[in-house]
Amino acid sequence: MDMSFTPEQNAFRDEVRAWIVKALPENLRHKADNGGHFEHEEILEWHKILAAKGWAAPHWPKEVGGTGWDVAQRHIFGEELIRASAPPLSPFGLTMVGPLIIQFGTDEQKKRFLPRILAGEEIWCQGYSEPNAGSDLASLQLRADKDGDDYILNGQKTWTTYAQYADWIFVLARTNATGKQQEGISFLLADIKNTPGIEVKPFLTTGGTPAFSETWFDNARIPQANRVGPENKGWTMAKALLGHERTSIGGVAETARWLSIIRRIARDTLVGGKPLMEDSAFRRRLAKVEIRYRTVGMANMRTLAAAQLGHAPGPESSILKIAGTELQQEATELAMDALGHNAMGWFDSPTEAMPEYQLWLASNFNYLRAATIYGGSNEIQKNIISKMILGLPQA
Amino acid sequence: MNFELSEEQTMMADAVKKFVTNASPVTRFRALRGTETGWDPKAWATMGEQGWLAVSFPEAHGGYGGTFIDNALILEQLGRGLVPEPYIASVVLAGALISRLGSQAQVDTFLAPMLEGRTSLALAYAEKQSRYELADCETTATRSAGGYVLRGTKLWVLNGHAADTVVVAARTSGTSRDKAGLSLFVVDGDAPGLERTRVHGMDGQSTALLKFNGVEVGADRLLGAEGAALEHLEWAIDRGAAAACAEAQGELAELLTLTVEYIKQRKQFGRAIGSFQVLQHRAADMFAEVELCKGMMILAALQVDDDADKRKVAISSAKVQLQTGGWFVQENSVQLFGGIAVTDEQDVGLYFKRVRVLQGLFGDADYHVDRYQSLPSFEGEAL
Repeated sequence: MDMSFTPEQNAFRDEVRAWIVKALPENLRHKADNGGHFEHEEILEWHKILAAKGWAAPHWPKEVGGTGWDVAQRHIFGEELIRASAPPLSPFGLTMVGPLIIQFGTDEQKKRFLPRILAGEEIWCQGYSEPNAGSDLASLQLRADKDGDDYILNGQKTWTTYAQYADWIFVLARTNATGKQQEGISFLLADIKNTPGIEVKPFLTTGGTPAFSETWFDNARIPQANRVGPENKGWTMAKALLGHERTSIGGVAETARWLSIIRRIARDTLVGGKPLMEDSAFRRRLAKVEIRYRTVGMANMRTLAAAQLGHAPGPESSILKIAGTELQQEATELAMDALGHNAMGWFDSPTEAMPEYQLWLASNFNYLRAATIYGGSNEIQKNIISKMILGLPQA
Repeated sequence: MNFELSEEQTMMADAVKKFVTNASPVTRFRALRGTETGWDPKAWATMGEQGWLAVSFPEAHGGYGGTFIDNALILEQLGRGLVPEPYIASVVLAGALISRLGSQAQVDTFLAPMLEGRTSLALAYAEKQSRYELADCETTATRSAGGYVLRGTKLWVLNGHAADTVVVAARTSGTSRDKAGLSLFVVDGDAPGLERTRVHGMDGQSTALLKFNGVEVGADRLLGAEGAALEHLEWAIDRGAAAACAEAQGELAELLTLTVEYIKQRKQFGRAIGSFQVLQHRAADMFAEVELCKGMMILAALQVDDDADKRKVAISSAKVQLQTGGWFVQENSVQLFGGIAVTDEQDVGLYFKRVRVLQGLFGDADYHVDRYQSLPSFEGEAL
């Protein structure tokens, strides 16, 4: 066992850090230094810079455009991106559907989709939840009826994150209405921009941004060749994908960024004429959150190290989802408390009222209430642990 | 970065596991807890023969040149059976200090026989007023013609009632709480003027109150440089904290297993109570905390020999998790068992008590949160 970094790894860190400083354009740097809230176009701009360097998907195998880095290198790279507050890339292609296509896709699918995900040419969104299929996802009703070489899709998806920016959507659809619910689902890919019959309607979140959409399917025709894995095996695909997702969905890296923002607020905020950072009660509270961050971070590293040795993330990754998202929320709550009156502000407040880096914090605080709900609510994760790991009897 | 065990480490952990299962289940601890010593010299000798006491010491000192990870793996397994032999007191605390600071003669005389399981050691550092502050030492060592005379009282000395040799912290200069002026001495357990009183612990293990009523020791009993012991004592107590996390890991895992097995078979309202979702989610949360503790146990074990700031960040973080996450496991194991958990007959209570003792040793959560926020690194960034 060893936690330390080798001289080669430290040199790698220096190289990566220097490159990020050079590669981050001035407009993004300004935002990175002032709270790190990025618009879709800005995230895409950074995606393309990373892709040109070959660093957009460090976790993919080298043959399909990954970096060939080991877990330690990927960890270092991730830390350096966070340290620089670089824009976080959209996970739906790179982290979710990409690895699934690599694992289960046909050669044609790999050729068609992977290079464009990598290059940031095609942006993806996720079509899982429906108005009546949330935690009980297997009860989903979006119908995919066979017609010649196609499927015809009818129904509605919701919580399709940033679908208004997406070129493609991956959906779970019902291809068999009889028998066990889980055994009648297929994993399908749809061109969301160019398929007649698909309509995206964004809605506002409490964070004040249109982060989510409803997506409607009205006789939308897609080729059967866009199915990943066998027909009616979509549930298995979804579970494999969730394993990939859960290691990142805990948001450990984002929490590190929040901790750094909290320190900045605490240095800038006066209490009784002294910086909040000198207040002993506040310091202890920050210390506790930071210790929890180290604790969840260590669990994350163990999962990554196991993955490096070829152990697929199992139900244990549910722990990361639960503990990671609870921690993420705790960090946002501490930031709001540290802000005092400034927590009343909004992203369009004048900078005479509060500094630029604080403008988006209240929005993010609100948006991240969803963290314990999305990706399989934390209660569902607990069901998974009690059934799959602890072997507790069904009710 | 690598969290895999070596083949030797896996074999050793398996051997300790087998020892606990076959030769030292909880029933052995139950039988020993009322006795004078509270542990069995024969079992200690077996542990010595197996090399478990020597594993982490340098080869020049009669060890196998291993690391603290080896100690942690052994302790984790010992915790599963509540093995009462004084591993932390002898190996992790006093033994490590003798190896770190001792002359060759001191190593040969005091460490070597312990590594073979022929003797046991103790470290006396805490005092009535000191709480967790190691510099808060009122025991004095004054120079005499032949060496030093020790006066003062030490409390909560792990294995202090049975140790053949006691390493004791005493002040050779300065006043109480001064950082400089602390020294360590190696004292025979039966030295004239040393009065030992056994103190029963909540967990069924014993500690001792040691009164040094003018105990005379030769100059050759000074361990390390005079007046410069504090940083070494801090180092040793941090090892103790990492060891507490390791032993408790075995106990917490056992608590989880016992609880899950119990709620699978206990029936109320006509069905297993483990089928109720409120209890399933509690058990899932317990599982999560056990896993989170495990990561921190590993982190602590890996960083005990790092530079002081890094070491303190890791140890304090791990110790806080032991008392927050670990406590969640403890309290809910009792809650899920229901009334029988508070009977002495059930093992749950024994594990519960032992972990609580380990949580309070070597700095509790409040102490470590405070230490964490006082480190220079806290002014920087979390990464």
